[in-house]
Amino acid sequence: MSVGGDLAPGYESEEGEGREGIREGVRSYSLGLALAIALTLASFWVARTHIIYGPGIPVALVALAVAQMGIHLVFFLHITTAPDNTNNVLALAFGVLIVFVLVFGTVWVMAHMNHNMMPMQDMMRM
Amino acid sequence: MNSVALPADSAGGEGSRHVHSHAPGHGAGGPASKRIVVGYGFWIYLISDIIMFSALFAAYAVLAPATAGGPSARQIFDPDSVAIETACLLASSFACGMASIAVSQRSMKWTQISLLISGLLGFVFLLFELHEFHGLVARGFGPTRSAFLSAFFTLVGCHGLHITAGLLWLGTMMAQFYAKGFRRDIQYRYLCFSLFWHALDIIWVAIFSLVYLVGMNL
Repeated sequence: MSVGGDLAPGYESEEGEGREGIREGVRSYSLGLALAIALTLASFWVARTHIIYGPGIPVALVALAVAQMGIHLVFFLHITTAPDNTNNVLALAFGVLIVFVLVFGTVWVMAHMNHNMMPMQDMMRM
Repeated sequence: MNSVALPADSAGGEGSRHVHSHAPGHGAGGPASKRIVVGYGFWIYLISDIIMFSALFAAYAVLAPATAGGPSARQIFDPDSVAIETACLLASSFACGMASIAVSQRSMKWTQISLLISGLLGFVFLLFELHEFHGLVARGFGPTRSAFLSAFFTLVGCHGLHITAGLLWLGTMMAQFYAKGFRRDIQYRYLCFSLFWHALDIIWVAIFSLVYLVGMNL
C-alpha cells in the first residue's frame, strides 16, 4: 500500500485521500459535467437554430464535439500533462493521427472517386 | 486529485531518488507502479477501439448520401430521443466518476449506490436506443434498406453493443466489490472499467454530434 503520488488516467492516489480528496474530486467531476452540459446544449442549439449560416452548422458541430471530447478526456479520463501521464498522452496523439488519416483520407478518396465515376446512365448503356 | 503533483525536481533525473518512488515517467525513480502500467495498457486498448469506431464513422460519412430511394437522415432521426440518450449517458459517466471517488475513499455504500445509478442510466440509454431501432425496422427502414441505413445501424449498434458489454462489466464490478472488498486487483479492474465507460461517452459525443445533429441539418 505504499505506492503513493503516482496517477494513472481516471485514478486517484491510493492513500492519503482525506475529506479533502472527496471535495476536490467532486469539484473536478462537477466542473467537467457542467462544461460538458454547456457544450451539449450549445450543439443542440446550433443544430436547431436558423441564426447560423447553413453550411457553417456542420463545422460548428464538429468544433463543439471536439471541444467536448477534450473536456471528457481531461475531467473524466484524467489525461493530463503530468509526467507519469506522458505515455498516455503520446498514445493518444498517435491515435488521433490515425483517426484523422482514416476518416479524412476515406472521405477525400471516396469523394474523388465519386466525382470521377461514370454516370449511372452511361454505365447502363455499356 | 490531479493536483497531487510530483515535486517539480523529481522530473529532473538522477538527483531525486525517493524511497517511495514517485514514478516521474522519465526513467528516473524506477519502474512505474502497477496501476500506471495497467492504466496505460487499457488506454492502448481503448485507443484501438476508438480507431475501429473511426473506420465505422468514415464508412458512415461516405455512405450517408446513399439512401437508394429510402429515407434520409433528416427524415428518421428524432432529436428529443437523442437528447434524452445524451443526458442519460453523460449523467451515467458522472455517476461513474463519483464511484471512482467512493472507491478511493473505500466507501462500500457510496460505491454501490453510484455504480447502481450509473448502470441504471446506461440501461435507460440502451432502452431508448433499442426503441429507436425497433421503430425503424418496424417501418421497413432496417439495415437492409439502403447503404446509409446499413452504415447507421453498424455504427450506432456497435456503440450499443459496447454499452451492453459495459453494463455486464459494471454488474460484475458491483458484485466483486461486494464479495471481495476493495482489494488491489479489484481496484485495477475498476480503473479499467471507469476508463471504458468514460471512453464510451466520448464516442457517443461523436455519434450524437456528427451522425444525429449533422444528419438533421443535411
